[in-house]
Amino acid sequence: MKAKIIITPKKAVVDPQGKTVQNALAQMGYTGVAAVHVGKYLEVELTSGDKDLARRQLDEACHKFLSNPIIEDYKLEIVE
Amino acid sequence: MNFAVLQFPASNCDQDAVHVLRDVLGHSARYVWHKETLLGDADAVIVPGGFAYGDYLRTGAIARFSPVMAAVQQFASNGGLVLGICNGFQILCEAGLLPGALIRNRSLQFRCEHVFLKTATVDSPFTSKIPTGKLLKIPIAHGEGCYFADEATLAELQAKNQILWQYCNAKGELTDDANPNGSLLNIAGVSNERRNVAGLMPHPERASEEILGSADGRLIFESMIHALQTREAAEAA
Repeated sequence: MKAKIIITPKKAVVDPQGKTVQNALAQMGYTGVAAVHVGKYLEVELTSGDKDLARRQLDEACHKFLSNPIIEDYKLEIVE
Repeated sequence: MNFAVLQFPASNCDQDAVHVLRDVLGHSARYVWHKETLLGDADAVIVPGGFAYGDYLRTGAIARFSPVMAAVQQFASNGGLVLGICNGFQILCEAGLLPGALIRNRSLQFRCEHVFLKTATVDSPFTSKIPTGKLLKIPIAHGEGCYFADEATLAELQAKNQILWQYCNAKGELTDDANPNGSLLNIAGVSNERRNVAGLMPHPERASEEILGSADGRLIFESMIHALQTREAAEAA
């Protein structure tokens, strides 16, 4: 079982990395790019088979540690 | 006065802090390794600059869970003075001891230069000895010093006078040009509501001796020492 966690900057937070990547894409000739947001991807390999327990624990871990709720949002997905 | 200067894996400004407190200001200062759980007879705690835990995950994110931080939380809730410098400021924010967060510099550049700071209030144990109107010339060295907090928090910081220092130009104006990292409201340092915990991105320990180009930083340490001595005298009475 594996948890896939995507952490992104909150909308209210200025994302200069995202802007820089967007500018670079434009300079390279890629059109139609409205915005870019640069985030983080974590993969957590789990030993237990209890999906609900894993989700609860990881939600807590995401909130307390893996992400900073002041500046980041997270999406948690558990896959078999 | 006894200062405890924390050391996390990859802290690198601990020695400068101890040097200033001990050799320049003549007080007692000892290193406290991050795994220690007691602060002993410390009167104040300094959380120094560096790249604790390599800034892995997020700067300060792992350090805030080091064993010593439980003691620091307790020390702070008992009213003890805690000053976080640069990475120390980041750690205190992650630990929830200070409001807001520090993110990547708006320019994406690592900025290493002297800045001017306007002291927003002398009503704190970290700023009481700073002469009114005096700008502090202090160096910064950081890639993630952009102070962020949501609208409600910023409003509260202003209402409760918790902003301690702001980036300004040589004339004391809070301009965009004078802001090296995009910090909201040009915030360089804040305190908690109780005013016993503070953090700032600039390095006062690198500006406490004239030979380094400025001794303005020592006013911050002197403010702390004055507050501690005043408190000690009041308790003895």
